Amino acid sequence: MMPKRKSRVGKGPGITTYVLLLLVAVLSFFPYYWMFVVASNDTSVINEVPPRLVPGDRFMENVRTVFNNVPFGRALLNSAIVASLAALAQTFFSALAGYAFSKIQFKGRNVLFVIIIATMMVPLQLGVVPQFLLISRLGWVNDLRALIVPGTVSAFGVFWMRQAIDAAVPDELIQAARVDGAGTFRTFRSIVVPSIRPQASVLALFAFMFMWNDFFWPLIVLNKQDAFTVQVALRQVQEQAYVTDYAIQMAGTIVGTVPLFIVFLIFGKQIVGGIMEGALKG
Amino acid sequence: MTDTTLAARPPDELIIPKKSLWDRVRKTAPYAYVSPFFVIFSIFGAFPILYTFWIAMHDWNPIGEKEFTGLENFSNLITDPRFWNATKNTFSIWFISTIPQLILALLLATLLNRQLLKMKTGFRMIVLSPQVTSVLAVGIIFTQLYGRDYGLINTFVVEPITGDRIDYGVGTWSSHIAVSTMVMWRWTGYNSLIYLSAMQAIPRSLYECASIDGASPFRQFVHVTIPQLRSTIIFTVIVSTIGGMQIFAEPLVFSGIGGAQGGNRRQFQTLTMFLYEQGFERFKFGYASAIAWALFLLIVTFAMLNYLVTRRISQDAS
Repeated sequence: MMPKRKSRVGKGPGITTYVLLLLVAVLSFFPYYWMFVVASNDTSVINEVPPRLVPGDRFMENVRTVFNNVPFGRALLNSAIVASLAALAQTFFSALAGYAFSKIQFKGRNVLFVIIIATMMVPLQLGVVPQFLLISRLGWVNDLRALIVPGTVSAFGVFWMRQAIDAAVPDELIQAARVDGAGTFRTFRSIVVPSIRPQASVLALFAFMFMWNDFFWPLIVLNKQDAFTVQVALRQVQEQAYVTDYAIQMAGTIVGTVPLFIVFLIFGKQIVGGIMEGALKG
Repeated sequence: MTDTTLAARPPDELIIPKKSLWDRVRKTAPYAYVSPFFVIFSIFGAFPILYTFWIAMHDWNPIGEKEFTGLENFSNLITDPRFWNATKNTFSIWFISTIPQLILALLLATLLNRQLLKMKTGFRMIVLSPQVTSVLAVGIIFTQLYGRDYGLINTFVVEPITGDRIDYGVGTWSSHIAVSTMVMWRWTGYNSLIYLSAMQAIPRSLYECASIDGASPFRQFVHVTIPQLRSTIIFTVIVSTIGGMQIFAEPLVFSGIGGAQGGNRRQFQTLTMFLYEQGFERFKFGYASAIAWALFLLIVTFAMLNYLVTRRISQDAS
């Protein structure tokens, strides 16, 4: 399993390492490739034995069918609204709380922080029945607020931003601002925010991806097509077909995944860095 | 020094009320900054979890009619074979998806940790890429791949080897394996990056000492890497316990139009699917709440058990 020790010295890893990693790459990518093959063919072609293994030319046609079957454009918009508002709010509130935990002395600071960390271990999905009753009482069933408001804070976010501020903002800088007469919020705005932009963006990306991909809770509180997010709409596409039509399902899946794929292509390096940094502290 | 301070005393005292008001405002600031989390979490997290227990003690329907039934829902649950079936399935899928996944992630991390590896960032991005898809997308792709009549896995792997095709959705084991591979595909790379990050923090000198002592790379892996990664391994096991025990979307999608029943014999219905079925398809809120509490207790117990077991195993390695 482990290539010989000597391959480590000097030249770097041997060919085995690259072959294995290439295999992992193929396994990681193949489902994506296959998704496009299915989405760009007629289902009958995929259902031939042996099936067609290369992309066809019906992708746009299949996408159009998806948009005709469910209001998919609306779903994309809804997901974009939910994910970006929640990500913005979550990043802001987390940074503010992280700043308080990192740079301000106050009574109960450690206890409150430990409580926040402990909530990360609570499987919140299990409060779903009262959560639903609460949302109905607020009149938020089929309302995007049902997703956005609970998504405005996260324990992980507070933890993340505290670590970031610990590392990126020296205490002397805060003290200097205080001597200059800046209040706590002004210090936050003019000293802390500019120095934690990179870490804050990674948190915003995480929050955006999480909200975009969330499924269980939207499935519970959204039952009208106009309010659907992408994930709930995809489930509807799957359920609608009398005969399972994978070409249509996959076309919808691709459209629903492309926005995140673009985010990943642009910010992948930062996301990888963020996960690895987070792991080190966790 | 002392004299001037004393001399300055009287005017200072006059300012005190004003100053302490300002101080009080300043002192509340940090509480205001941390309050959004506590307010939102109390309303949408803590309160619902606790209130679930109250609802579980009722016969409760969505219109709001309720009748107090005490612990009846719980006693019904304990004698409900569907509950034990879902419990068994949840554990089985957790086990098949998590144990191989974390072992693979460890091995993958050692590959990514090779010194002087080329295209480092590229490989890291590649292994993470499955994370981009939603659980729903993963479900749809793999359900097609596992299809009985047209799925590639049957056509190119199962049939050439066994001469027969498997209907993955029908069998208990085959459906658990299918659902587990969805989880593995999406999460192995992510966990390997977490391990990789911890591996990079291991001091090189430990390996140098080990190789001077004549330890083979494999022995170094077992006696240096694993013990050094102990807390990280514990962390990933706990996280995948809490997440994996709540698995829902993958088996739901895998069952196609069938919904939350998880196959005609409930052969892959998980506890969260059972909760969803009772609560939001049959609208028995009281019973669903009892399921939620049972699942909550299972997760807490199992997470603690896993913590102890993992600690033990990684200790033995050292």
